[in-house]
Amino acid sequence: MTQGMTWTFTNKPAILSTGVIGGPFEKKSPFADLFDGCEDKLWMNEDSFEKANRHIIERAIDTVIGKMSLQPTAIDALLMGDLINQMTPTSLAARTLAAPYLGLFSACATSMQGLALSAALVDGGFCKTVLTGASSHNAAVEKQFRYPTEYGGQKPPSAQWTVTGSGVAIVGQETPQHPALAFIEKATIGKVIDRGTNDPFNMGAAMAPAATDVIDRHFQDTNQNPSDYDVIVTGDLALIGHRITEDLLNSKGWTFKEGQFLDCGKMMYVESAGVQAGASGPACSAMMIYSHFLNELKRGKIKKMLAVATGALLSPLTSQQSETIPSIAHAVALSGPTQNSPQGKEG
Amino acid sequence: MKKQTASQKSYQDLVDVHDEKRPVLLNCIKAFVVGGIICAIGQAVTVFFILFFPFTEQTAGNPTVAVMVFIAMLLTGFGVYDRLGQFAGAGSAVPVTGFGNSVISAAIEHRSEGYVLGVGGNMFKLAGSVIVFGVVAAFFLAIIKTLLIQWGVLG
Repeated sequence: MTQGMTWTFTNKPAILSTGVIGGPFEKKSPFADLFDGCEDKLWMNEDSFEKANRHIIERAIDTVIGKMSLQPTAIDALLMGDLINQMTPTSLAARTLAAPYLGLFSACATSMQGLALSAALVDGGFCKTVLTGASSHNAAVEKQFRYPTEYGGQKPPSAQWTVTGSGVAIVGQETPQHPALAFIEKATIGKVIDRGTNDPFNMGAAMAPAATDVIDRHFQDTNQNPSDYDVIVTGDLALIGHRITEDLLNSKGWTFKEGQFLDCGKMMYVESAGVQAGASGPACSAMMIYSHFLNELKRGKIKKMLAVATGALLSPLTSQQSETIPSIAHAVALSGPTQNSPQGKEG
Repeated sequence: MKKQTASQKSYQDLVDVHDEKRPVLLNCIKAFVVGGIICAIGQAVTVFFILFFPFTEQTAGNPTVAVMVFIAMLLTGFGVYDRLGQFAGAGSAVPVTGFGNSVISAAIEHRSEGYVLGVGGNMFKLAGSVIVFGVVAAFFLAIIKTLLIQWGVLG
């Protein structure tokens, strides 16, 4: 069912379990206790950062499969992506899992692209169990998009720190053995928006209009407003981008209460971590939403949330050729398990 | 760069309101201090070579550069130089240690692609343009100097 361009799921697709693994730097995150584990070394005993990226995806997949005691053959589809050229870390991890695989790329918006598509596959009855997620590796991304990791270039205050980690979730329908952590209610797919910014060290500013557009369309399509959600969380807009987005949304007439409009990029690290404007990377929203925010939904501290992952669709080539930065954001509405399914109700 | 449209301009104005600019003056002071310290160390190394080895003020430059690049190599390998760079900016980028850092960091980074295509092919990824434009600039300056000498403007 659709409302405007927003998908409304009717068969209650749910997030059943998650696997969230961070890197060594993420160990110091205020939310590290909620992750399933953190790697001690950036290399992760692999001989390249790209292989380490594959390793962290595999570890997150193993975690989630182990938590649900599933057979890998029970996975009907794997919908994942990362930032590295041709998404090889994810494809190589998919080679290990050997499940039907769809590689996804929406840069840092991949997490919610995957969640929306997984929900649609489950809702439509095409799949029973879908594994979705996103990952990134700080050093591998620095190498591809910026400078060598040990190069002593100075980053401006608007730059962001790419998260090392992987966040995956299993989407399916609730069963008595596997109660839902959260239900996926609606999804609004983003359009590519480009307001002409071209500074690759200020991706928050590039992504803010895309986030604004998808949030605005979601409210309009579904006849809702910010008060229908306890929390509206964006992916990795960080300090500057998040401020711009709030301004843009205010000018469209959407206002938020204190602590209602949040950003994973601002929350991932403590302020003193030396990460300039905040965190970024596909893993940023995946890790925060699949750990902290799902936990809040499960505990009933929040009942409904709108998760908006944001991605800047640039490459080093396009930015060197003075192309402006096209951006995208996907929004998924989640609700806590308690309000939707009273305890003991058959799933 | 292409000309901005009106809507791009108005968005850029909004971005500017929220943007955090580089603290240019503070960065300049940090660069001055750190760059100065690096140069003072370099000078100490030069004096050391002149006092204890048979070098003159003209010839001590080469071993000094070698020593400074060697120190930069160690600091890069131990992961210190990039932190210094974030603090000092141009202060650690402009001296020869910064040039060393750009070569060495690229060499380390691409070790995973092998010695020939990885290390060899990518070592000068950042420093290559410094060499190219350095040589080109030196060539034109030398021509100008030669012409000025020929015309009797310079002695």
